[in-house]
Amino acid sequence: MDFQLTDEQKLLRESVRTFTKQRSPVSRFRKLRDRAAAQGGSWDRAVWREMGELGWLSLPFPESIGGFGGSFVDVAIVLEAFGAALVPEPYLASVVLAGTALLRAGDAAQQQQFLAPMIEGRTALALAHGERTLRFAADAAHADTTATRDGERWRVRGRKQFVLAGAEADTLVVSARHGETTALFVLPRDHAGVTITPVRTIDGLGAATVELDATVADALHLPGDAADALERAHDAAAAMAVAEGLGVCQAVLDMTVAHLRTREQFGVAIGTFQALQHRAVEMFVEVELVRSIAVLAAVRAADDDAALRRHAVSAAKVQAAQSGRFVTQQAIQLHGGIGITDEHDVGLYFKRMHALGLVAGDEEHHVQRFAEQPQFTANLG
Amino acid sequence: MDLSFSEADLAFRDEVRAWIAANMPADLRAIAEVDGHFEHADTMRWHRLLAAQGWVAPHWPRKFGGPGLTATQRFMLTEELELAGAPLLSPFGLVMVGPAIMQFGTPEQQQRFLPKILAGEEVWCQGYSEPGAGSDLASLRTTAVDDGDAFVVNGQKTWTTYAQYADWIFALVRTDPSVKKQAGISFLLIDMKSPGVEARPMLTIGHTPAFCDTFFDNVRVPKANLLGPLHGGWTVAKALLGHERTLIAAVGMSQRTIRRVKRIAAATRVGGRTLLDDPAWRGRIARLEIKLQALQMANYRALAGAALGHAPGPESSILKLRGSEIAQQAFELAMDVMGPDALSWFNQPGVVPELEQWVGPSYCYNRATTIYGGSNEIQKNIIAKMILGLPGT
Repeated sequence: MDFQLTDEQKLLRESVRTFTKQRSPVSRFRKLRDRAAAQGGSWDRAVWREMGELGWLSLPFPESIGGFGGSFVDVAIVLEAFGAALVPEPYLASVVLAGTALLRAGDAAQQQQFLAPMIEGRTALALAHGERTLRFAADAAHADTTATRDGERWRVRGRKQFVLAGAEADTLVVSARHGETTALFVLPRDHAGVTITPVRTIDGLGAATVELDATVADALHLPGDAADALERAHDAAAAMAVAEGLGVCQAVLDMTVAHLRTREQFGVAIGTFQALQHRAVEMFVEVELVRSIAVLAAVRAADDDAALRRHAVSAAKVQAAQSGRFVTQQAIQLHGGIGITDEHDVGLYFKRMHALGLVAGDEEHHVQRFAEQPQFTANLG
Repeated sequence: MDLSFSEADLAFRDEVRAWIAANMPADLRAIAEVDGHFEHADTMRWHRLLAAQGWVAPHWPRKFGGPGLTATQRFMLTEELELAGAPLLSPFGLVMVGPAIMQFGTPEQQQRFLPKILAGEEVWCQGYSEPGAGSDLASLRTTAVDDGDAFVVNGQKTWTTYAQYADWIFALVRTDPSVKKQAGISFLLIDMKSPGVEARPMLTIGHTPAFCDTFFDNVRVPKANLLGPLHGGWTVAKALLGHERTLIAAVGMSQRTIRRVKRIAAATRVGGRTLLDDPAWRGRIARLEIKLQALQMANYRALAGAALGHAPGPESSILKLRGSEIAQQAFELAMDVMGPDALSWFNQPGVVPELEQWVGPSYCYNRATTIYGGSNEIQKNIIAKMILGLPGT
């Protein structure tokens, strides 16, 4: 067993941290959020382009399409640092969620056509999957969105909601039901029959409702059912949401401890009070548990052994959702009144953590999924 | 990042499993099957079997008779023994005073005491807490007065686990009442057969005679039995707490308890389906198992750090805290899954299924896990100060 980062990974962590410190502190997120509320667009294409130039958008993709050929441990390093600074660019939604779906379901030409420009930071992708009645299942077996053949092409009808990065993405990957099977399609955003309506989200990053009205589409050329590709995309996103959530939690813990050391009441720093100390320790313990299980999720995120992957990813997602909620809620409590104001950063982290808890499956979904794996009932004798 | 174990470590684990399968006596296995209570004699019989195999003190260095295992192998050995439900060996000699004697003892003390601990010929207990000194241990009042070639000890220790079976007790005693309270304490090794020592067992809420009140009435202790410097006992006691933190989470034991919860749930049919098929129960069990999995990963982090020779990192401080809580929650869940059967208390076979027989007493006794070894509140005080750097009062 080895929990050490390689020298290359340490270097990556340093460069991402330096970037967030110098170029993307929380104040940048706040500025973009406020602008988005007025005129839309919660992130910056120039920064996205720069991330492409730095090679960060290439990490989980194969070298054949201009990728770095790295692992989700590498991606986790980037997202943990992004979480700590609330970097608004759609890394999780675009590189991990939509990117994995395209990588797993697309043929070489489609990967080249749609992933290569994103890797360079010239475009962003979004996965349009969730529906009113399709919450967290990573297949489209019960989707209302349907795909029917029309000669050589397909027609897709349906309505997708809370499509992350959907308001700005250049290319959409859309799931639909075809008979009993799940199919994935790829569409440019300005395609005829596609209506994209931006919606606001609790964390300020925004999303979109995507309506498809008999839209003519190209299927991703995966042989057979696309359910596996969709599940792998969700598992990768769930595991990486844990990494981003870890960054959120650690930042919030640090802010809270600093507050306890400096804020004075009754003539002393409030961090001298045992009730508050113990609450802070509980936060610390939860952060360490997330940090520990985040490693498991990152290492298993792309494992071909489905049961091993599901068991690890679901466990981590549950722990992170639960701990993340606890840590950010307690952070507000320990900050007192100032923690309730929009002016203070702690609330921004609190809401981001809440959103991450919902990405690629909420706590209850993953509890049940964990219990459905064969490991849960193995060796009961 | 690599979560796999080396070939050598995996081979060692197979060796441990095979050895346990071949060497754990049938009667002990039967008690383990129900996670029942092992009598002292059973525990010592197991101690001698492990000693003969060379595994009784996995963390002892070779020069004192240890097997020279790596940190990972030590962990695996412990985990496999826990998973098998083997008797938990008394930690007082092997884990606590033994290493303290290695670190602070004279060569004579090392030769006198260590081989007998290893062989299971002498059993130890711990004399720390007193009626007036629990979490505030340094306020202890048992005295040791210099009287020529010996100290004369007077006072009372309490919660002395299994003192009734012990040959020796290591005790913190006050040798200088005139200085700051931590500074006047010494660490004494006391023969339980000395005139004036009396251990009175008391029943725990789990109905086991697990601990005693131990009284000292003008007990003469030879000066040769002082461990470490005179008045330096607090340092010895603190060093002793730092040993083998990677084993403290007892992940293997909680895994075993959760397995028991599932077995009970699978065997309990209510309203046409088993409780293990009921999403609400599955969810509760899964949530606890996930917590334990996170703790196991924290334990692995601590272990990997120890294997590299690093000082314990922040992750190791949470092991006792969460490990003890999860141990309790696992038994609590077992009680919940049992429903009305959880009323049963030491009944004849047949009143409740064999699987459930020992859950009640274990649930009760395990309330101790968050108290012993420094209560969880004390652990939190330490983390707040040492790791979070919060100010003291």
